[in-house]
Amino acid sequence: MSGQDTADPAGTADPARATDPARATSTAGTAGTAGMVRDWRGVAAEDRDEIPEQVSLLLRDRSRRLLGDLLRPYRRRIAVLVALIVVSNVAALAIPYLVKVGIDAGIPPMAAGEGPAALVTVVAALLTAAVVQAATRRAFLGMSGRIGQRIILELRRRVFRHFQRLSLSFHDDYTSGRVVSRLTSDIDAISEMLQSGFDGLVTAVLTLVGTAAVLLFLDVRLGLVALLPLPVLLLFTRWFRRQSSLAYRRTRETVALVIVHFVESMTGIRAVQAFRGEPRNQEIFSRLNADYRDANVRSMHLIAVFMPGVKLIGNVTTAAVLFYGGLLASGGSVTVGVLAAFLLYLRQFYEPMQEISQFYNTFQSAGAALEKLSGVLEERPAVAEPREPVPLERPAGAIRFEGVEFSYRDGTPVLSRMDLEIPAGQVVALVGATGAGKTTLAKLVARFYDPVAGRVLLDGVDLRDLGEDALRAAVVVVTQENFLFSGTVADNVRFGRPDAAMDEVVEAARSVGAHDFIAALPQGYDTPVGKQGGRLSAGQRQLVAFARAFLADPAVLVLDEATSSLDVPGERLVQRAMRTILSGRTALVIAHRLSTVETADRVLVMDGGTIVEDGPPEALIARAGRFAGLHRAWLDSISDLPRPSG
Amino acid sequence: MRSLWRMKTYLRPYSTRLAVIWAASFLGTGIGIVIPLVGREVVDGPVARGDTAGLLPLALLALALGAVEALLVLVRRRLLADAVIGLETRIRDDLYRHLQRLPMAFHNAWQSGQLLSRATTDLSTIRRFLGFGMLFLVLITVQILTVTVLLLQMHWPLGLLVAASAVPVVVTSLRFERRYIDVSRRVQDQQGDLATVVEESAAGIRTIKAFGRGRHVYDAFDAGAREVYRTAMEKVRLSARFFTFLEVIPNVTLAAVLLLGALAVGSGTLSLGTLVAFTTLMLQLVWPISALGFILAMAQEAMTAADRVMEVMDVEPTIVGGARTVGRPSGHLRFEGAEFRFPGAAEPVLRDVWLEVRPGETVAVVGATGSGKTTLTALVPRLHDVTAGRVTIDGHDVRDLSLPALRSMVATAFEEPTLFSMSVRENLTLGRPDAAEEEIEAALRVAQAEFVHRLPWGLETRIGEQGMSLSGGQRQRLALARAVLSRPRVLVLDDTLSALDVETEALVEEALRHVLRDTTGIVVAHRASTVLIADRVALLSGGTIAHVGRHQELMASVPEYRALLSAGLEEDPDDRGGLDDDFDDDVDAEGALR
Ligand SMILES: Nc1ncnc2c1ncn2[C@@H]1O[C@H](COP(=O)(O)OP(=O)(O)OP(=O)(O)O)[C@@H](O)[C@H]1O
Ligand SMILES: Nc1ncnc2c1ncn2[C@@H]1O[C@H](COP(=O)(O)OP(=O)(O)OP(=O)(O)O)[C@@H](O)[C@H]1O
Ligand SMILES: [Mg+2]
Ligand SMILES: [Mg+2]
Repeated sequence: MSGQDTADPAGTADPARATDPARATSTAGTAGTAGMVRDWRGVAAEDRDEIPEQVSLLLRDRSRRLLGDLLRPYRRRIAVLVALIVVSNVAALAIPYLVKVGIDAGIPPMAAGEGPAALVTVVAALLTAAVVQAATRRAFLGMSGRIGQRIILELRRRVFRHFQRLSLSFHDDYTSGRVVSRLTSDIDAISEMLQSGFDGLVTAVLTLVGTAAVLLFLDVRLGLVALLPLPVLLLFTRWFRRQSSLAYRRTRETVALVIVHFVESMTGIRAVQAFRGEPRNQEIFSRLNADYRDANVRSMHLIAVFMPGVKLIGNVTTAAVLFYGGLLASGGSVTVGVLAAFLLYLRQFYEPMQEISQFYNTFQSAGAALEKLSGVLEERPAVAEPREPVPLERPAGAIRFEGVEFSYRDGTPVLSRMDLEIPAGQVVALVGATGAGKTTLAKLVARFYDPVAGRVLLDGVDLRDLGEDALRAAVVVVTQENFLFSGTVADNVRFGRPDAAMDEVVEAARSVGAHDFIAALPQGYDTPVGKQGGRLSAGQRQLVAFARAFLADPAVLVLDEATSSLDVPGERLVQRAMRTILSGRTALVIAHRLSTVETADRVLVMDGGTIVEDGPPEALIARAGRFAGLHRAWLDSISDLPRPSG
Repeated sequence: MRSLWRMKTYLRPYSTRLAVIWAASFLGTGIGIVIPLVGREVVDGPVARGDTAGLLPLALLALALGAVEALLVLVRRRLLADAVIGLETRIRDDLYRHLQRLPMAFHNAWQSGQLLSRATTDLSTIRRFLGFGMLFLVLITVQILTVTVLLLQMHWPLGLLVAASAVPVVVTSLRFERRYIDVSRRVQDQQGDLATVVEESAAGIRTIKAFGRGRHVYDAFDAGAREVYRTAMEKVRLSARFFTFLEVIPNVTLAAVLLLGALAVGSGTLSLGTLVAFTTLMLQLVWPISALGFILAMAQEAMTAADRVMEVMDVEPTIVGGARTVGRPSGHLRFEGAEFRFPGAAEPVLRDVWLEVRPGETVAVVGATGSGKTTLTALVPRLHDVTAGRVTIDGHDVRDLSLPALRSMVATAFEEPTLFSMSVRENLTLGRPDAAEEEIEAALRVAQAEFVHRLPWGLETRIGEQGMSLSGGQRQRLALARAVLSRPRVLVLDDTLSALDVETEALVEEALRHVLRDTTGIVVAHRASTVLIADRVALLSGGTIAHVGRHQELMASVPEYRALLSAGLEEDPDDRGGLDDDFDDDVDAEGALR
């Protein structure tokens, strides 16, 4: 017998496998690592960041829908905002006009000795205009700021909640770095758009339309000449939109990779330093950072063409009007006054274009971010909530596997046709070689994944018909990799049941033998555990995770290697506790240390994704099969005799 | 301000380009002023004279000027983009490099969300200011000053009035600045904290799902997000007030100028033409002053962002290498009265640790949960530094050795596998990027990790964050193979067989025995079987090495040791019987060095 990973059907013919080399090279090729840096990312079943060009229209639709959705609640307030800007602009425009009036109409009466009454009126009007302008502007800034921040808050909430809702199969290859990048840098891009002069945009559009009307009114011929370049401008804008949406999408993707690498190397800094991985990491980081730089430079260069391009169109038009208008004026068909006014207005016409194109640019950048976020929001959880959840009043904890088959994303079968019945209240030990599929089985019980075929039932109800809350209240897993959140020890234990009182927390800790070490910490239960529990030792972390599960008090408790890092007395304590705690509960205990088996009513031996032995421990030991061998090896391992080598 | 100023060194490579940028900006502004003058020429010249022939040159001049203006904008934008993005990129590279050098103590104390927000959001804020705000700030200031000087020249009493209006502007700006710096710093810090919550919620998603605590975590996030919202709203209100104030002042001054000017005209001390010119010119001040508010706000955000970045950059790495390298290291490891105390802790975790591991020898470190075993092993590659005493390798204090030299001698398989979402190969060769294919094979064999060949893309398969697409035992074996592959003189195994089934464990132990034959080994173990790989055992208790000896000796003579390692046996009295007899056979000949 060899303890190999028999779960990996090495030689089995897998049709998907045949095409792998092709897939592998193509994906590796698109990773964008040309020569200099050896590819480090490796190949995965699906690379998420690569979007074929064709779908880009679809994407725009999707993000527009999201934007509309976000803005909808504020429709009325946005109308008010527009009104505010209009008033504010009218007031602002009135000021120079009032100055002119003051000079034209206020001074002559004074010179004529009629007193300053007219002047004072004008000055009063001017001050009123200034106050109105200030008041409306302040109202506008406050209101638009609030709307912008509300939208950001709403977007953050939605995206975060959705990430939490998405299933593990999604998170398995999305990586936390990418989650962070969606919720930080993408949100930043959108918030920049919301902050960047929406008022400027409205003002600019109003000015533009108004001026165009005035131009046409002043002189149709000249007006047409002045407006002639508009189609060119539209074409140019379309070109910019196409190019920049590609560029900005690239920016979003490259920054996400920077963040992913950053987060990962900071989380694993211990290994990086211990293995002198710094130069290599730096090489990768610099490479990603340079990719990000190139994407940024690309988009900035596009703006560097777009903005002066718009300016150039305006300037050429000015020159043309100057020439044509000059001709017309010389011929006397327009007056000099009209020409002069025209030149003034023309400048007013093309000046706001700059403002609009600036806004358009941040809009494009935010558009790319929205695209990413809407992509996340449209992702459906693979493990979906049922439409009509079946209520589960008092879960007894009977588990049944019916013809369950399972494979992860890469398609390699991990569990093959499993039928299994665990009556309520039974304590089952699950043993087997590493990689045999024990954790996978546990994950199916907890519905981290749905089986590819067959079904898993709890008290006769398909897990797919149970609501999330009902299921989690009934089934709790202590995963192989326990995760502590930053916060105090008590917070972490309480994670099992957030409304637990302090004495319940202490009781749970005491029952698993964690109380002593916790009490010895400088602030006892209120000691912060540090980043990912780094303040505690591995065994201590495991004890806290254990206490957490006991506090949760579920009908079905799944313990996946929950004592592997404990010292032997600690483990023994836990085992003793388990005897009392597990009574009346269904329990699935996965362990390589067969001491657990002593608490079990029944043992399942897994190998290569199937259950090869099943029965009460004594019977299996007596049968001299797989389990008997494991058991003997285990006895050897805890005895302190050297093993017979070879 | 100082932090931002310190970043100027990053602009040095772009100094000529910056000069061009400034020249282009001023020239461009100049042309913008000249173009309307051409229009006046047209009206006054050809049109007035009815001279159509003179029209064309002027129109062409306008065209040329317009083209040049656009070109200058293009040049400015392009060059500026290169410069500021280059600056951002280089600071980020340097920040990352610096972070990699900072010791574990720093990384334990700093949330990675905070570090991340500095490396991304803050640097972008700085880039935006340098790429846009700074230029504008200067142009606007120049414009304001020029106009004011012109106004003073035109009519000094009224000019003085205008200049006096600068006083409230400056006073409020200063007041605003103080408060704005405070809130913008708070927003940035809170965003960093929020990023931390996000990261934890993603990294801990399995635990969250396991307990169905999505709502609980959402509440924590929501609280953070709402806090950001509140502070951001404070910022909005503050700036709304300030921006509006900046718009009111010039308008009020304008009213005053109009009133006083008209009176002056009435009394004959001022000509009407001058008043018209004066007010026209003054109108040109309104926009720059109101824009000033926005740009000042941007500048302050950039400053606080720079402070935050520099705060990290200024942390001195406390663990830096010495100069010494060892020619042919043999891996003779000694702890000499080593003491270790975590920063801020009252009691040392380890004190007065004396332990010697000779070349080729393997010592097992045994101790209760939380007794300090992991901490002890971390002292060797200097992930932490002793707070008293010393650790030596081949007689050299580890602090005298260069870090690459030291860390290439020591390799650790950590208790948490600590893998990266990269290819299997990349993970394996972390410590030996140049490892040959055969060496990789050999290391995989030792760790019984040949399963990697059966992954969908073999060694090129990406293994997911923290190796999550592998089973627990597979992760651990990969981490072990990584340590073995780097062919260290000192191999540290920190409870690295805990997730293996007994059969695989036996195979790994067997293979490790060969590796450890000519490597100095420290094996942290909770199980007797693992302890038996070692020649000697050190019992860590009460923060110090309480006993050293061979396993059987300690079993026989140290009750504490027996309690730690002889579990389960109580329930199996049959198995216990034979133990004491074969006492001597199991002591490896090589092991009996002492
Ligand atoms: N998220 C995943 N994506 C792809 N493959 C996976 C994933 N998780 C596990 N596997 C594969 O499925 C197989 C079974 O893994 P599982 O974690 O169930 O093993 P296990 O019996 O718990 O082993 P161990 O005792 O080492 O924890 C392994 O070959 C593993 O590589
Ligand atoms: N950053 C820290 N600050 C203060 N104390 C710490 C810190 N990290 C660990 N400790 C404490 O130091 C002690 C030793 O921890 P260490 O991880 O070395 O234990 P260990 O012997 O490896 O335990 P285990 O067998 O559980 O892995 C523990 O009691 C732990 O609570
Ligand atoms: Mg497992
Ligand atoms: Mg440890």
